[in-house]
Amino acid sequence: MARYSAWQILKQGLTGNKSWDPAWRDASPKSSYDVIIIGGGGHGLATAYYLAKNHGIFNVAVIEKGWIGGGNAGRNTTIVRSNYFMEGNTEFYEHSLKLWENLSQELNYNVMFSQRGHLNLFFTPGQRDAMIRKYNIMRLNGIDGELLDRDQLISKVPHLNYSQEARLPILGALYQGRAGTARHDAVNWGFARAASNLGVDIIQNCEVTGFISTGGRLVGVETSCGEIRAEKVGMAVAGSTSLLAHKAGLGRLPIESHKLQAFVSEPIKPFLDSVVVYGVGHGHFYISQSDKGGMVFGGNLDGYNSYAQKGNLPLYSDVASCAMNMMPALGRVKLLRQWAGIMDMSMDGSPFITKTDLDGLYLNAGWCYGGFKATPASGWCFAHTIAHDAPHDVNKLLTLDRYKTGHMLDESGHGPYPKSH
Amino acid sequence: MLRLECPVCGLRDHDEFTYLEDGSITYPKLANENQDDWFNAVYLRENPRGRHIEKWHHTFGCRTVLLVERDTLTHVIGKIKPAHPKIAAALKQPATAKKRS
Repeated sequence: MARYSAWQILKQGLTGNKSWDPAWRDASPKSSYDVIIIGGGGHGLATAYYLAKNHGIFNVAVIEKGWIGGGNAGRNTTIVRSNYFMEGNTEFYEHSLKLWENLSQELNYNVMFSQRGHLNLFFTPGQRDAMIRKYNIMRLNGIDGELLDRDQLISKVPHLNYSQEARLPILGALYQGRAGTARHDAVNWGFARAASNLGVDIIQNCEVTGFISTGGRLVGVETSCGEIRAEKVGMAVAGSTSLLAHKAGLGRLPIESHKLQAFVSEPIKPFLDSVVVYGVGHGHFYISQSDKGGMVFGGNLDGYNSYAQKGNLPLYSDVASCAMNMMPALGRVKLLRQWAGIMDMSMDGSPFITKTDLDGLYLNAGWCYGGFKATPASGWCFAHTIAHDAPHDVNKLLTLDRYKTGHMLDESGHGPYPKSH
Repeated sequence: MLRLECPVCGLRDHDEFTYLEDGSITYPKLANENQDDWFNAVYLRENPRGRHIEKWHHTFGCRTVLLVERDTLTHVIGKIKPAHPKIAAALKQPATAKKRS
């Protein structure tokens, strides 16, 4: 398949754009593979790519129930950052950010990664001190982060609500300059194209309905397209993890499925050149502007367990009031679209990339509402875990049994609570 | 908007309520020192796609904690009753029995 380049654009443009190849092969399943990845979202496609690229395992299938990128990969607010402070999360998300920085070149596909900076606002001295502690830990780990006082923040984003009459006057922000946004569809298509180029079969409209095991070892899956055998099977189906885990006999997991909404406004002229986020009390809000001009924003979970990919209006009203408190100038902007995705909410707000009790079955789950930024490292680590039957140093703490041993990765300090992120 | 039929207050919008947790969990007795029992109750979830029993608190109403049966895929609400068995029993009694002497 031809590499994408300026020369290709010129050549195809001069010949009427009639001879572009499809970006990936839409494959039919073979009877067996070395590895099957269930779930054709960003994480599953990235896993398949890195299995082929880093570990020389080319006989791989990605099986997707719907169409690739049609689940949470297409339902996020595209924010990429690595401002975590627990050991286990810190190195994992920084590894991901480093992969993002070179991802367009790596995949020969423009994922539109834009390091526009990420501002985390604070409103009280206590909140400031807690954030400073977190960002100091990041800096000790070689991750960028800096403290902006109120005046520095005003010069960076002049149109927030800085009034002393505000419900909570802004005191300043913690800033990660290397963070930013990426184009979510491009990430999926880029990984799909790169994986397909290396021989990976991408099989759409094929639902896994059961697992086949002999002698306590997984040997394949039953699907709506028939039985497919494999030496190893990886699950990357965040949102539906519990359903497949029950089918595989893994029993109950430390996960609840919740829905999270996101919103995009009509396109407006350049208004915000960074990502702005705040969380205080019940209020939680994050916003950025897409390259098309739409304001992309979101807030809290809807609040009750759900597998319905539709959001409710009270939460919309809640998020809209968060927006109005922070950016009153948005008041006349019309909402264009609103959607909801199903999140794997783990009991400590952190994910799993791990082996399971069933030989041959591997689990990638529990992303809460922070999975998009993890896409490259999730695939990278999951591929390593599958290929070596053991985790990489970067994901060795993202285990399923950490709750039992008391090694929770609880960034928010909530204790057992399936609504952290 | 979901609407929940509170046995005390009647039909109300769900934003009067606070979702608490999975209502099918049975926590071990406090004297139980078995770690597995606690681990199972505190961390593991059935997480069904379909019928789900859950606890809702009528925060901006009568403040009763309710056990609600709800479908997690269709959001159809089923039976609703107070989570506390004594309150549930008291509400079932005919009005004359509630009269104070």
